[in-house]
Amino acid sequence: MELLAFGKTGWGDELFYATLMTIAVSITAMLVGFVFALIFTPLKLSKYKTLNLVGNFYTTVIRGVPELLVIYLFFFGGSGAIMYVASIFGYYEYIEINAFITGSMAIGIISGAYSTEVFRGAIQSIDKGQFEAAKVLGVNKFVQFYKIILPQMLRLAIPNLSNVWQITLKDTSLISVTGLVEIMRQSYIAAGSTRDPLFFYSFAAVLYLLLTYMSMKLINKLEVRYSRGY
Amino acid sequence: MITSFPKLLGATIVTLKLLSASLFFGLFLGLFFAILRLNKNIFINKLAYGYSYIFRGTPLLVQIFIIYFGLGQIEYLRTTFLWVILKEPYWCAIIAFTLNTGAYTSEILRSAFQTIKPGIIEAGKSLGISNKIIFYKIQIPIAIRQSLPAYGNEIILMMKGTSLASTVTLMDLTGVAKYIISTTFKPIEVFIVAGGIYLFMTFIIHNVIKYLEKKYSFQQ
Repeated sequence: MELLAFGKTGWGDELFYATLMTIAVSITAMLVGFVFALIFTPLKLSKYKTLNLVGNFYTTVIRGVPELLVIYLFFFGGSGAIMYVASIFGYYEYIEINAFITGSMAIGIISGAYSTEVFRGAIQSIDKGQFEAAKVLGVNKFVQFYKIILPQMLRLAIPNLSNVWQITLKDTSLISVTGLVEIMRQSYIAAGSTRDPLFFYSFAAVLYLLLTYMSMKLINKLEVRYSRGY
Repeated sequence: MITSFPKLLGATIVTLKLLSASLFFGLFLGLFFAILRLNKNIFINKLAYGYSYIFRGTPLLVQIFIIYFGLGQIEYLRTTFLWVILKEPYWCAIIAFTLNTGAYTSEILRSAFQTIKPGIIEAGKSLGISNKIIFYKIQIPIAIRQSLPAYGNEIILMMKGTSLASTVTLMDLTGVAKYIISTTFKPIEVFIVAGGIYLFMTFIIHNVIKYLEKKYSFQQ
């Protein structure tokens, strides 16, 4: 227990901050994922074959390639790509990207592929009559999406989005390979310096279980909220 | 890009070995725990639920690290024959993957068992077929057919999961890819080749499952 003490003698506070980091990365990644999903879902549902192809390419590649490989691509290729872009604008200094940004971008792109599939499924399962009714009432496309389709879609999407959240949360453990100090990395450091890997990795497992448990509780509440009236 | 291809292809064999071994053991483990989940005894039921909850609620990386780094710490284990297995990263990875996929498989099979219509079992009973034969000849085949789509996803997830073996010094496809990236600094080319191999495997698995689904569909 003294291993978990707060302050200089134990690893309690370090692990606490690492947990906050894991939560921060997960939420950022999830939001980045939503942005990607909002771009690629319309592409997948589009009438045009080419746009469909782009959307399918994204979801197929990302869901078919290991997360770790994507992270390595971002970790090793990220700063190179940014520097290339910067060199076009005449900036030739070395640029190092923050591990937090690299990590949340990598996990975000992965999470986005899953979210895209969820949104696509949810929109497709909305009754066609809803779209037609909106059209007949002369509602413009923007209002139709935000006021009619989105609220109905969210209700259908939440259970599956909760799975995406769980996947995202667990995927953040992989960012530890890039050196970002989240739960996994902190446990690795603690295990190395105390020579007690069994304890620290088990404790990490408990922290992850706690996070998944608590998020499940929260999501269940959201689910109840959004299925009012059904 | 071309020079890295044979190396990556060689590493693919390690990935495939890890995948097939863990799926093979995981399927039995999953079936075992799925049956426990259907048990009426609350204690056994909760035990099986706890197993699947823990392994599905924690990242696979933590599980590998606990088994590879953590278990070696227990002095007693070092004296038993288990140590022969546990000192090898290869077997540690397989144990972790097996336990992980076993947890997911048990959930898939459990829901498949529960969706079997009671009428089918009743029909078997009224024909005077013994409970054991109903289970092996009626329930299991139907459950396997029901769970094929979900199990196909699990195989693909597990294939991606094997990439984590590279974190415990195993040179699988991702491990070799990382090695080549860090020595040549050509992340994009290596990613295209390694990612392509993974996608190809996903494609094959996807189609095999689709074929099986068609073959064993109820409406023939």
